[in-house]
Amino acid sequence: MSNNSNYSGMKQLLGGLWHENPGLVQLLGLCPLLAVTTSFVNGLGLGLATMLVLAASNLLISLTRRFIYAEIRVPLYVIIIASLVTCAELIVKAWFPDLDRSLGIFIPLIVTNCAIVARAEIFASRNPPLPALLDGIAMGAGFALLLCAIGAFRELVGQGSVFANLNLITGGNSSAGLQFFDGGFLLMLLPPGAFFSLALAIALKNWIDQKRARAAHQPVDANIEQR
Amino acid sequence: MLFERREAPFIAPQGDVAALMRQVLYALIPAATAYVYFFGPGFIFNLLVAAVFCAAGEAAMLRARGRPISPALKDYSAMIVAALIAFALPALTPWWVTATASLFAIVVAKHLYGGLGYNIFNPAMAGYVVVLLAFPLEMNLWVAPHIGDIDYPHLGLMDTAWYTLSGHLPPELSFEAISRATPLDTAQTGFAAMQTFEEIHQNPLMGDFAGRGWEWIANFFAIGGFWLLYRRVIRWQIPLGVILGLTIPATVFYLFGVGAHATPGFHLFGGATILCAFFIATDPVSAATSPRGRLIYGLGIGILIYCIRRWGSYADGVAFAVLLMNMAVPAIDYLTRPRIVGHAKNTLANQDD
Repeated sequence: MSNNSNYSGMKQLLGGLWHENPGLVQLLGLCPLLAVTTSFVNGLGLGLATMLVLAASNLLISLTRRFIYAEIRVPLYVIIIASLVTCAELIVKAWFPDLDRSLGIFIPLIVTNCAIVARAEIFASRNPPLPALLDGIAMGAGFALLLCAIGAFRELVGQGSVFANLNLITGGNSSAGLQFFDGGFLLMLLPPGAFFSLALAIALKNWIDQKRARAAHQPVDANIEQR
Repeated sequence: MLFERREAPFIAPQGDVAALMRQVLYALIPAATAYVYFFGPGFIFNLLVAAVFCAAGEAAMLRARGRPISPALKDYSAMIVAALIAFALPALTPWWVTATASLFAIVVAKHLYGGLGYNIFNPAMAGYVVVLLAFPLEMNLWVAPHIGDIDYPHLGLMDTAWYTLSGHLPPELSFEAISRATPLDTAQTGFAAMQTFEEIHQNPLMGDFAGRGWEWIANFFAIGGFWLLYRRVIRWQIPLGVILGLTIPATVFYLFGVGAHATPGFHLFGGATILCAFFIATDPVSAATSPRGRLIYGLGIGILIYCIRRWGSYADGVAFAVLLMNMAVPAIDYLTRPRIVGHAKNTLANQDD
């Protein structure tokens, strides 16, 4: 039994990070994903905040799932999520004021991230608290990692650096990060660059999946065929 | 002795893609000559760089997609993209800007959407817009036209080649010394400073209609365009649509705008209007296909060009207008399907088949 639950926990984690990644596969929460990933630190900041909110909202919704009327569940989810986002916003404002200035409206806008409502609806409302919490952490981690990867890629191509201004999160003096070259391809920092980066990331994921499926002599995952 | 016997028509029909594309390239020759005459040899270097990178991008993508390479390279479609990019860029452009535009046009806008025949966006304009957004500094260096009485320093052949390769001017020249605002830029900044068009037109650079050099290049584009019309390579709907779509709002605003708007002639001969009407908007892949649809597509481009020039932040709006209307093409084609002979009049109600 414990083995089984461990296995399903690993499966959940892998699902959030890869097979059901909210950004790469479910294509949820694209608005913040596209808007803030101009640098690694922005991606990391918003990713962590989203992950916290997602884990907490999954836990709360799973705990209260027996009291939530199905007819009005979405407004109730939104109330829970909005309260949690307010908490996250106040935390960021209190302890990371520079990060708050950098991310601006996108911290409060976590409330509209459809990945959170989707997990509440699909998973948290029909599973016990522990798996729901794990699901929130896994999905949040997958989303945060994607934000970091796209942020790092756009920062590298757009301005030639990675990990610049990490002090927004870690505190201390302002850091230039790793500067590989000067200048860069400005388009990557503009909105079109976000779309291109996301498209490349999805293509890369599907390519890896297809390669692995072929290596395992299995038919390609039905998900990929549909896309 | 056996003589080859031929019957009319003696002008060979335009059957294959390569022949069509060659006609378009021939039709661009007069304008290219005029461009080099007025703005120096930089255009030739841009064309070379764009051709090399378009061909390389095409070959690389065909190889990656497992398609035969040589037939696609021989159909000249990549060369037309290269030529349009070279016409769109300023005469002095560093090679990496041209290369970025060319590679984006071929690799992303053409092949990632499925290759020739499937690309929804005009590749050349997509590539141009990318570098317009990504390299604002380089894309604003427009050299002064070669006109006798306007004494501006011009770069020679070697200096132009050096600038294309390195992005550096000879030490004794600065960007300010050789570049000047295009007529459309001049008009835009003039209007922003509350000048009337008559005041703006005092500038000797403005020429008769739409800027010295520019208006002549537009004429040569028109010559090539009429040749394409005569050879039936392009149809009349799109050029007419673009020209009407631009001149109608331009005329209305000019007549009732009390000096605050440019003349229709300025819009018609200025910037890339004629190039767009005959060569860019008529791209057979990304344009609308039904006859009425082509007219609507052209009108839309013309109106958008006017709006972007007059109220937008960019001086010329051809590329944006074409890309925006490319997005509307599926809807236009759907709504303007020609009536099938013998069927009832086309209404929205009976189009849902």
